[in-house]
Amino acid sequence: MLKTSHAAHRDLSLPIEQPVTRPDTKAQVVIRPLPAQARFSLRLNEADLEGAQTAAGVTLDIPINTRSGSAERSSIRLGPNEWLLTGPYDDAEVIASQIDAALSGRFYTLVDVSHRNVGITVSGRRAAEVLNSGCPLDLAEAAFPTGMATRTLMGKAEIVLMRLDDTPTYQVECWRSFSTYVRDYLIEAAREFEPSIA
Amino acid sequence: MLLVTCPYCGPRPEIEFRCGGEAHIARPAEPSKLSDKEWAEFLFVRTNAKGVFAERWNHAHGCQRWFNALRDTASDRFIQTYKVGEKRPDRTPGQERL
Repeated sequence: MLKTSHAAHRDLSLPIEQPVTRPDTKAQVVIRPLPAQARFSLRLNEADLEGAQTAAGVTLDIPINTRSGSAERSSIRLGPNEWLLTGPYDDAEVIASQIDAALSGRFYTLVDVSHRNVGITVSGRRAAEVLNSGCPLDLAEAAFPTGMATRTLMGKAEIVLMRLDDTPTYQVECWRSFSTYVRDYLIEAAREFEPSIA
Repeated sequence: MLLVTCPYCGPRPEIEFRCGGEAHIARPAEPSKLSDKEWAEFLFVRTNAKGVFAERWNHAHGCQRWFNALRDTASDRFIQTYKVGEKRPDRTPGQERL
């Protein structure tokens, strides 16, 4: 297939890609940077959603601030006309062409933001408390159950926060240039529960 | 923390929002026909009400949508929020204390 992606090839790993927490399962909180992922920002008018409820194997017609799909491919609805689509890094071209096919004839924009974002997972019993050190959202089970996902703030950085499972595991997506700040912020907060974190 | 109810996202912390000034100010259809005074009034003169006031707000660190809000400027209490394009809800002063 013709390579149309404008994403630059990432030869150097990010400074945050080194392990940062004890990987053992007894840890109260584990902070782990994620490997590269394909990500797209999709803008589509709500009215054009009719007849295009699913695209590229994920559901678009979901409530605002929720996430649907698998760990492999997911769609996160950030607003009435905005989605963040994720998938395996090598599938970027495939996802883009599938979206094109599913939304043909409609006005939409699809921007490859794979290299703009960096993902970090925060999991464990104390994950919500660690996140709440910099994020003002109510992360209690009733307010932010598994499947919720939203754009919000972490300290001074804008992030997309999603809850992946009931461990609980949260995924923090931040812009690449904010990634060391966000990671350091999370580690600083996690030290309260895991003093051994370097 | 003050919670602001976004019409799309529900109650969210205040720091995710930006205020955009007074709402329901219509741009004159033909600005070239206005006098300088009228144009200046459209650009700069605002109500500065004490009490219930309609403002534009943006959920900048959330869904990034603009919406309107009725806020009491004396108590800083948000009375109601509503989507852009909807009519200003009819609220008489004093009702916000209910």
